[in-house]
Amino acid sequence: MKPAPFAYRRPGSLADAVAALAGDAGAKVLAGGQSLVPLLSMRLAAPSMLVDINAIPGLDTITADDIGVTVGALARHADVLASDDVRRVQPLVPMALSRVAHATIRNRGTTVGSLVHADAAAEMPVVLTLLGGSLEVVGPSGSRTVPAHELYVGPLECCLHHDEIAVSAFFPALAPGAGVAFDEIARRHGDYALVGAAALVDGDSVKVGYLSVADVPTVVDLSGVPDDRLGDVALEHLDPADDVHATADYRAQLVRVLTARVVRSAREGTR
Amino acid sequence: MTEERHDVVLTVNGTAHPVRVPGRRLLSDALRHDLGLTGTHVGCEHGVCGACTVLVDGRPVRSCLMFAVSAQDSEITTVEGLTGSDGSLGPVQQAFLECHGLQCGFCTPGFLTTITAGLRDNPSPTHEEARDMVAGNLCRCTGYQNIVKAVERAAELARDGAPRVHPADPPEPESGQLAYEERDDDNASTGLGG
Ligand SMILES: Cc1cc2nc3c(=O)[nH]c(=O)nc-3n(C[C@H](O)[C@H](O)[C@H](O)COP(=O)(O)OP(=O)(O)OC[C@H]3O[C@@H](n4cnc5c(N)ncnc54)[C@H](O)[C@@H]3O)c2cc1C
Ligand code: FES
Ligand code: FES
Repeated sequence: MKPAPFAYRRPGSLADAVAALAGDAGAKVLAGGQSLVPLLSMRLAAPSMLVDINAIPGLDTITADDIGVTVGALARHADVLASDDVRRVQPLVPMALSRVAHATIRNRGTTVGSLVHADAAAEMPVVLTLLGGSLEVVGPSGSRTVPAHELYVGPLECCLHHDEIAVSAFFPALAPGAGVAFDEIARRHGDYALVGAAALVDGDSVKVGYLSVADVPTVVDLSGVPDDRLGDVALEHLDPADDVHATADYRAQLVRVLTARVVRSAREGTR
Repeated sequence: MTEERHDVVLTVNGTAHPVRVPGRRLLSDALRHDLGLTGTHVGCEHGVCGACTVLVDGRPVRSCLMFAVSAQDSEITTVEGLTGSDGSLGPVQQAFLECHGLQCGFCTPGFLTTITAGLRDNPSPTHEEARDMVAGNLCRCTGYQNIVKAVERAAELARDGAPRVHPADPPEPESGQLAYEERDDDNASTGLGG
């Protein structure tokens, strides 16, 4: 199918983009389009206006320093993944990005778009939540910083207002002595994962974030849990579901296997 | 209610094409219907199959997941742009011909564009890298083995600057030279794609 008609705006500045969004309650931001365009073509969404942010200068920056990694709204997954600075400062970002779709999708899709899209089966919302990152958001009344733990309110739903634009995401740096790991199981290379897990180990602190086993990206604190109980304790906080791709039982088993795997590999990778 | 239309210039294979399109016109449809460049194929229309892949500023992108109006500031290369101005085949096209890298050909334009960009970034891929290069494209005919061979052959051709073959003048079949006679056991297939 083809998308339903919409008004199209391609503003050249952030202020014009925010004004366009504020002027139409049915307007939506178009970034890489790798999630939005399929929804439009399947007519699962029919916004009255698309505000294409791709012509706004200065939004495609990727910077990394001792504090962390800042990714602009137009930085494509592929460019973030290819950045040596990002890899050095927060290796969990490229570990997870390499599992986001295929290279061709990553050439166009944006990391910030994926964070706003808030798919519980997506890799990057879990990474942002696990690391305690944030989104920088601009709206009609100025800018604000939204911490990851406030961002995700429901399936495919984040707390941004319809007239707000996320301009960048911040992923804190990996602390000296800490370790991270990411793994997932998908039916086919490049598919959304049946279950995915990201671990952050820092001294006695052990945290694991999960995708595809709860309505929102979910991080479980597993500090002090014996190694043979990690997955079972995590499952007390998760809600694996049946669907055409896998049974709930199989997903629960993947949680056990992946939890053990990512915690072990994050410990091995501590620096 | 008449739908709003936008005047944009699409730069495709080095030629500027002015078009007037509604915002919702997919780039894939603009290429095929507005410009008549039907080499770009449309399979799934939601980003999964890769048949519609074109190069946008040199990078492989799904043309079914981009609006034509969003492409106005970009240089687009379609499969038609991979051929020399005299109609001779590009190295990836020639490798597909030699290695029997296609059957029905529906998926082929997406593979050709993807591999062209892939070999530019990595001119000497290992076997694993060659497989990875085409991992985002689906083919329901070939079983992929000959497509991977074609990636490796195209790398050779591009490196050696081998003479190009005109499509109307394919190489004479010489015994032992046809790629399909060299098929591995794992590809002695019935044509059921993997
Ligand atoms: C075949 C295929 C496979 C995929 N597999 C995966 C996968 O395995 N894992 C994964 O995580 N993703 C996957 N994706 C999705 C991909 O990662 C998208 O790029 C990403 O989810 C959205 O980014 P985008 O820039 O394309 O956003 P868009 O599609 O442009 O937008 C998505 C949503 O976010 C909003 N939005 C985007 N940017 C902003 C902003 N800056 N401010 C405010 N709102 C904004 C839009 O209004 C829209 O609602 C896949 C996509 C395809 C087509
Ligand atoms: S038609 Fe675009 S990916 Fe299938
Ligand atoms: S050759 Fe038929 S789909 Fe690939």
